[in-house]
Amino acid sequence: MYELILFLVLLALGFGFGQYLENQHYKSIIDRESSLKHIPAIATKHLPAEFSPCSTQMVCGNVVISIDFFKKFVSGLRSIVGGRVSSYESLIDRARREAILRMKEQAASEGANYVFNVKMETSSISKGRRDSVGSVEVLAYGTAIIQPASTT
Amino acid sequence: MILTTLENVPGKSITQHLGLVQGSTVRAKHAGRDLMAGLKNIFGGELKGYTELLHESREEAINRMVEQAQSIGANAILNIRFSTSSITQGASELFTYGTAVKLD
Repeated sequence: MYELILFLVLLALGFGFGQYLENQHYKSIIDRESSLKHIPAIATKHLPAEFSPCSTQMVCGNVVISIDFFKKFVSGLRSIVGGRVSSYESLIDRARREAILRMKEQAASEGANYVFNVKMETSSISKGRRDSVGSVEVLAYGTAIIQPASTT
Repeated sequence: MILTTLENVPGKSITQHLGLVQGSTVRAKHAGRDLMAGLKNIFGGELKGYTELLHESREEAINRMVEQAQSIGANAILNIRFSTSSITQGASELFTYGTAVKLD
């Protein structure tokens, strides 16, 4: 009986706080994305020829985001019937966008104009009890291109 | 030491290829951080402790790669890649590798 009550309390806490934190996080992601729009992240390997006078700097950003109890429960139910696990989709979307933002923030502090050859790396770092994925880590890295102020 | 994920450094030419260099580190989770992560698994959100831990470990891996490159006389590492693998439960390996070259 106590276990059931504890379970329901955790579910309610997960639902309430999880939704709140996710909304806050999305809000801050959208804000920062629009303020960092002037530094495009590009996945191309080769620099165009007209870029020549510039210096480079490797930049990276990483983030670890945990899923909440409610979503974990919902995804457990989903794994019985199969199909899209939308509760994990938003988790990974947030992590990727946050990692790219942190990389761009580092590039901005170096005074960069572009980030070239951006690569992403995703790993689940804590496989908790019952082998369920509790959190994901996303690393985004690339090369910041810093052009002298006169050419921009 | 120039570190880049590109295949060349703009405005400089490669005079000598010195081969692959790599750096890795294996980190285990910290019991206190693990407890906090357990709590966070209920509420969701960012695990700041882990983010920092992985960031520090990756810097360590980069430093080891740079040391190796310096010992063979390189002055730049091109085409750097990162890779993560979990070795056992609770420990993960952070691995980084690239091509050491000499630029003029």
